[in-house]
Amino acid sequence: MAGAAGPGTGPGAAGGDGDDSLYPIAVLIDELRNEDVQLRLNSIKKLSTIALALGVERTRTELLPFLTDTIYDEDEVLLALAEQLGNFTGLVGGPDFAHCLLPPLESLATVEETVVRDKAVESLRQISQEHTPIALEAHFVPLVKRLASGDWFTSRTSACGLFSVCYPRASNAVKAEIRQHFRSLCSDDTPMVRRAAASKLGEFAKVLELDSVKSEIVPLFTNLASDEQDSVRLLAVEACVSIAQLLSQEDLEALVMPTLRQAAEDKSWRVRYMVADKFSELQKAVGPKITLNDLIPAFQNLLKDCEAEVRAAAAHKVKELCENLPPEGRETIIMNQILPFIKELVSDTNQHVKSALASVIMGLSTILGKENTIEHLLPLFLAQLKDECPEVRLNIISNLDCVNEVIGIRQLSQSLLPAIVELAEDAKWRVRLAIIEYMPLLAGQLGVQFFDEKLNSLCMAWLVDHVYAIREAATNNLMKLVKKFGTEWAQNTIVPKVLVMAGDPNYLHRMTTLFCINVLSEACGQEITTKQMLPIVLKMAGDQVANVRFNVAKSLQKIGPILDTDALQEEVKPVLQKLGQDEDVDVKYFAQEALSVLALA
Amino acid sequence: MSSSSPPVGAASAAISASEKVDGFTRKSVRKAQRQKRSQGSSQFRSQGSQAELHPLPQLKDATSNEQQELFCQKLQQCCILFDFMDSVSDLKSKEIKRATLNELVEYVSTNRGVIVESAYSDIVKMISANIFRTLPPSDNPDFDPEEDEPTLEASWPHIQLVYEFFLRFLESPDFQPSIAKRYIDQKFVQQLLELFDSEDPRERDFLKTVLHRIYGKFLGLRAFIRKQINNIFLRFIYETEHFNGVAELLEILGSIINGFALPLKAEHKQFLMKVLIPMHTAKGLALFHAQLAYCVVQFLEKDTTLTEPVIRGLLKFWPKTCSQKEVMFLGEIEEILDVIEPTQFKKIEEPLFKQISKCVSSSHFQVAERALYFWNNEYILSLIEENIDKILPIMFGSLYKISKEHWNPTIVALVYNVLKTLMEMNGKLFDDLTSSYKAERQREKKKELEREELWKKLEELKLKKALEKQNSAYNMHSILSNTSDE
Repeated sequence: MAGAAGPGTGPGAAGGDGDDSLYPIAVLIDELRNEDVQLRLNSIKKLSTIALALGVERTRTELLPFLTDTIYDEDEVLLALAEQLGNFTGLVGGPDFAHCLLPPLESLATVEETVVRDKAVESLRQISQEHTPIALEAHFVPLVKRLASGDWFTSRTSACGLFSVCYPRASNAVKAEIRQHFRSLCSDDTPMVRRAAASKLGEFAKVLELDSVKSEIVPLFTNLASDEQDSVRLLAVEACVSIAQLLSQEDLEALVMPTLRQAAEDKSWRVRYMVADKFSELQKAVGPKITLNDLIPAFQNLLKDCEAEVRAAAAHKVKELCENLPPEGRETIIMNQILPFIKELVSDTNQHVKSALASVIMGLSTILGKENTIEHLLPLFLAQLKDECPEVRLNIISNLDCVNEVIGIRQLSQSLLPAIVELAEDAKWRVRLAIIEYMPLLAGQLGVQFFDEKLNSLCMAWLVDHVYAIREAATNNLMKLVKKFGTEWAQNTIVPKVLVMAGDPNYLHRMTTLFCINVLSEACGQEITTKQMLPIVLKMAGDQVANVRFNVAKSLQKIGPILDTDALQEEVKPVLQKLGQDEDVDVKYFAQEALSVLALA
Repeated sequence: MSSSSPPVGAASAAISASEKVDGFTRKSVRKAQRQKRSQGSSQFRSQGSQAELHPLPQLKDATSNEQQELFCQKLQQCCILFDFMDSVSDLKSKEIKRATLNELVEYVSTNRGVIVESAYSDIVKMISANIFRTLPPSDNPDFDPEEDEPTLEASWPHIQLVYEFFLRFLESPDFQPSIAKRYIDQKFVQQLLELFDSEDPRERDFLKTVLHRIYGKFLGLRAFIRKQINNIFLRFIYETEHFNGVAELLEILGSIINGFALPLKAEHKQFLMKVLIPMHTAKGLALFHAQLAYCVVQFLEKDTTLTEPVIRGLLKFWPKTCSQKEVMFLGEIEEILDVIEPTQFKKIEEPLFKQISKCVSSSHFQVAERALYFWNNEYILSLIEENIDKILPIMFGSLYKISKEHWNPTIVALVYNVLKTLMEMNGKLFDDLTSSYKAERQREKKKELEREELWKKLEELKLKKALEKQNSAYNMHSILSNTSDE
């Protein structure tokens, strides 16, 4: 019926309401009430379709009231509802009617489940932008106020996220009220609400007038930063970044720095961790002068904090901190005030700290230049390359490219090799996998000769690893190496070794030959594929293990496009046809698939 | 707990072989391999060298005039903290403090009249200095309390004695809450509650007793304590999902609820519905479910009208994928049904038995089995019999189906028994349901088809509207371009 009405009906029908007789709201509501949660969820997810069927008028007068009344459902359903309503403005008749969406979202913003509430707040924020300034004050602001003075903490928590979206567009009188509400939430009785307020403090500060920031936000910030609960204090650190960006250097020094200094020495490690974690942002926000006077000493303390978590977070920031220092005097500051602490961390007792440092330390070489790198950093790199923890060594190796640009990799190769060999044979396959990933990069930097002498045998050994993931990675590695070193190299060093494995007594190794051919054939080109690889593949079609045979079919399908027509017709086709008659169903299936893909059937 | 872990030597040999294969070692093996670790509190920051302790004379050797003065000196001496992560430093001083603490414990428990007003301040100061500390980050970021050994507090040799002393102090017949409340105030309790997150079960055990005593003796702190526990739980449920002391706090609450006066205050009911019930959603429910269910049942025994909202709440949070939790929920439902009043039962029988009917047909046999065990409970059986007209139609479909289809023979046998019991309760209805079973299935299938049809039509409508929009946009466009052409 619906399909019969073609595009001819024209624009006249587009604005009209849906067909009442077809979709009585009762039927749709039945769907939303279905006993099966999954079905209810599906219906809610298609709420826009329902609204479309009802038309804007009935959506406003019938569907939305229904939704508002029945907000007691599984959280999953509520979540979907909260999300849908954020995009509903068009379906209720555009911005003039956007406020109709507020009642259901208001209820959703008070439910217990955080995920649902957050989504409701997100949708409310979205919809707030669609309100006209008048509607905003008439409908949206009162909602925020109601939430902010709700009985249960959930509504107050939700309110925290709504202040910043309505503040800029409100009149001055209303602005004062909004600020007042925010203030009282910052000193709420419930820590959950204070946390929510603290986490929105920075965002709110950004939309306030500078005077209000100084006179109201700063005292709130100071209070939250000395809250009795560390979970509140640590959120104030985040707000500090936003607030600092708004203030002049003078105000910063007077209003914010005392609090930040205190946070960097907080008795709770969680707060100190937060300072370390946000260090780069803080550094940018306070500017170079305060950084030198205050942040660098604080950073030194964080690097030697008593908790490994804090040290690791600080170690992660070493490179960014150095990069962000002003160019003049940077080298001296790093050499005198940062490097001594880094040296200590290289032999830290905690492996996470060392590994965090190893992931960034190489980046310092570009900043410090060739001489300093050789004299001061190289010993640290070498020490970390010999670290007992594989992750530390891996992090160093994975960042070799930074050093390569500055001093070349040769300086390291003596120590690099034992480190690589050891990682290549590590008991944990994830470590082996990680080092394989870096092989092409290393090969490029160390050159063909070094590679052939020292690393080639490792790459071959991985092909017969016990773990499939390693064998798989090893085959892909070969392909990348061939792309780097060229086909001639492949023909001389790789291909013969791969092909020998075709006669291995272990069928897994025989299959590895096929997998290698799959990825190497393209890189090696038609000649090598036809002359050297194809005969081996065809021979393996007679293997006694079915898995090998159907992989032969798969390989033939894969390399088929590279071969010329003669080879396909005369050599590949008969073998595939034979496999197509195999006793094993899988072999048959893949052989037939190959035949049809290669158009040989 | 640790009875099943293999000897360390054997385990490490097994590791190298198994790790070569897939790198995933069994958790129990890893656990055994890791030696017991302990951790210090986060309070030691390189604070320079420690003051060395010098032994003071024994309290029992002092004259009664000097005793009080000496008692306070010893309390002050015990405020000095030592780093237990460094097992070789300050050995002598550590031993002196240990001996002093021991002496203090004995002193307050064997002597009467020694807890005088002037001593309270020093006593609380000593306790605070030793036990209040920021708990360090967990050694094991993915610490699984059910599987892993907890990290033990390194300074336990001292802290244990401090807790011991604290308890003797609180339990002493000389103890006067009216004086102590000047020192044991809200801030003190707040810090005490934060310590419940300690990973060390020995410490949490002490804390449990301490908090219980404080709740008992300080009437002015009761509401505050309840509110703070409330906040800890809400944070646990909705923010961190991590707090080590949930079971201990619930245990205290169990006895607190027991003492609530009737009628229950709105605050308490709110706590039940908005905190205890949502706690069932926690990932680590297994760790505290027994205590939680106890609290819930305590509430229902106080006020039976809470039964309906509680059961509806549990049904709302019914586990969807975790069979282990589902078994726990079923256990709790049985505990509730054990104390339910028949009038309350009538109010929730329909939604409840719809859920039970789903559990009975669960493909996880432990869930199905746990649900079917309800039929072994005499009281539940009598409730079912009274309401057989309602319950049988709800249960019949699933029971009938699994009696034919379930993979597990034990379940099938249990279902046969249940069907037999139900048939005996109302044979006529049973026969009717049996004969209409097929028609019922058909009707469901038809309904399903109708639903699909409806949605298909709605989709078509949506497409049509989208098309119309596009067309009108196109028309507008062509009109505009036509005019510009002219």
